[in-house]
Amino acid sequence: MTASPRNAARTALLAATTFLAFGAGSAAAQQAPDRPTERQVRAWAAACAACHNTDGRSIGGFPVLAGRSAEDTYRALVEFRSGQRPATIMHQHTRGYTTDELRHIAEWFANVKPAR
Amino acid sequence: MSVNRRTFLAVGSAGAALALAGCASTPGRPLARVVVIGGGYGGATAAKYLRLWEPRLDVTLVERNEAFVSCPISNLVLAGAEKIENLTVRYDGLRKYGVRVVRDEATAIDYDRRVVRLARGDALPWDRLIVAPGIDFQYEQIPGLDNAEAQSRVLHAWRAGPQTVALRRQLEAMPDGGVFAISIPRSPYRCPPGPYERASVVADYFRQAKPKSKVLVLDANSDIVSKPALFRGVWAERYKGMVEYVPNSELVEFDVKRNVARMQVEDVKATLFNIIPPQRAGQVASDLVTVNRQWCGVEFLGFESTKIPGVHVIGDAIAPAPAMPKSGFMANNHAKVAADAVIARLTGQPLNTDPIIANTCYSFLTTTEAVHVASVHKYDRDQKTLVVVKGSGGLSSARSTLEGEYAYAWARNIWADALG
Ligand SMILES: Cc1cc2nc3c(=O)[nH]c(=O)nc-3n(C[C@H](O)[C@H](O)[C@H](O)COP(=O)(O)OP(=O)(O)OC[C@H]3O[C@@H](n4cnc5c(N)ncnc54)[C@H](O)[C@@H]3O)c2cc1C
Ligand code: HEC
Repeated sequence: MTASPRNAARTALLAATTFLAFGAGSAAAQQAPDRPTERQVRAWAAACAACHNTDGRSIGGFPVLAGRSAEDTYRALVEFRSGQRPATIMHQHTRGYTTDELRHIAEWFANVKPAR
Repeated sequence: MSVNRRTFLAVGSAGAALALAGCASTPGRPLARVVVIGGGYGGATAAKYLRLWEPRLDVTLVERNEAFVSCPISNLVLAGAEKIENLTVRYDGLRKYGVRVVRDEATAIDYDRRVVRLARGDALPWDRLIVAPGIDFQYEQIPGLDNAEAQSRVLHAWRAGPQTVALRRQLEAMPDGGVFAISIPRSPYRCPPGPYERASVVADYFRQAKPKSKVLVLDANSDIVSKPALFRGVWAERYKGMVEYVPNSELVEFDVKRNVARMQVEDVKATLFNIIPPQRAGQVASDLVTVNRQWCGVEFLGFESTKIPGVHVIGDAIAPAPAMPKSGFMANNHAKVAADAVIARLTGQPLNTDPIIANTCYSFLTTTEAVHVASVHKYDRDQKTLVVVKGSGGLSSARSTLEGEYAYAWARNIWADALG
């Protein structure tokens, strides 16, 4: 893998999180209309569980997503989406989501406790 | 990297807390009673996620069978490469989540009194109901097969379990040089690629054990319904001369005595028939059927019946959205949208406005190599239905043992997701 796609993903992530941080800070009570609810993100992430198991606690064969850092997961997802990261199937799934949606999903899995 | 931790926590922490709370028992009076009919891919997932996401609910799952037996991977049992026991999962895992599992037959739903009637036990009252009975077969459409005697001899093996094991025995007993014929109904039916997967892995078994035998595929559809190039490819190459495919071949009658299938244009003889009949929503959902006297119409924000409010239908029983297959993967994904909607309705929250669900069906082309078809489906507010996201999904380029291993990884993880 070359250095440039990594940097591109990193920049995109930084831009996205900066935007989020501002959004959360400035409009304390008022939610931006496009900001998904927590329940919505949870339901999106649950679709992934059909392969990665409930809350991303894979029992084998596919990677564990539970408790992985959001940066790490998000970077993998956008690289699958752009075709930079080799995949049998993840490129086809990630292309069904916007990068914003993938970021929210990555954040959700990061907050799952890895072990029960 | 300086990623804002606070933002991450704001998004996910409550979800994680609820997930943990899901293991605890319900303290005090339950918020409401939800009954789920059917403990297959859809119903088991729905029951588990209701309790995982809202532990204050009282959740009862009604299932007629003692254990769950998976249709996915069951074609490998026919090929002699897998055992039915390995596809069987008990319901104990759900009890850990506080789901009450009742082994009984739901005989009727009383929508006015809001109770589910059972064959043996007391009727179950519900505040919200999820109906996930899978399919039943329309044998009445096939003269000759419209009686139990005939049905016990000419098998479908389209619900995994005793029929799968019995069809394997019939295949083992078939003499070398015989013809095994599979009859496929018009689409939509359960698991679009399933019949072609069956033809492929049975051909693989014949190749090793009965090399003079043939597989005859009698398809009511005008072409292979799913992954056509991949199936055609392996039939032309590895199973050359062993698999014959006949499109536009709809079964109209079956003569059990002479073992002859009467098709629209001709009569077909074979050594062994596997007739997959046309299908409809499971019988218990019959009052909810709205489409073609077969399927239950639902809206796609919460899978609520378009006919009876307060009742949700998921899995194979629904009238599908465009390009939505009847698959275990989809049933599992329907279940999560429905569980979230049921919780929203019972706790006075709005429905989610942007559901996104996915599908993947792995198919074995040989007993060890598989391919997949995948898609992502997003709610379209104008069309008011789930539509395939442009650019998402697709097929494998070629079969591989890696995807054979992934097909198993998928099965084990989705069983854990639904039942464990
Ligand atoms: C050969 C084959 C291969 C397949 N391969 C795949 C695959 O690789 N990937 C994939 O995603 N899908 C696959 N499928 C499709 C998948 O099996 C179905 O789509 C899935 O089972 C649908 O889930 P469901 O919950 O709607 O129904 P089911 O899983 O059939 O569950 C329905 C449950 O309800 C119970 N029930 C019904 N009525 C009552 C009643 N009145 N009272 C009590 N209990 C009741 C039944 O006993 C059953 O347990 C395959 C199917 C077949 C036949
Ligand atoms: C059909 C099964 C399937 C589904 C559904 C699925 N994944 Fe994957 N996932 C895989 C496979 C297989 C891989 C390995 C890469 C490949 O071959 O595509 C993988 C890899 C990953 C990785 C890379 C981890 C690493 O160590 O590099 C991440 C992150 C990931 N998936 C997240 C997700 C998320 C988030 C979703 C839901 C939006 C999802 N997956 C849905 C099968 C799946």
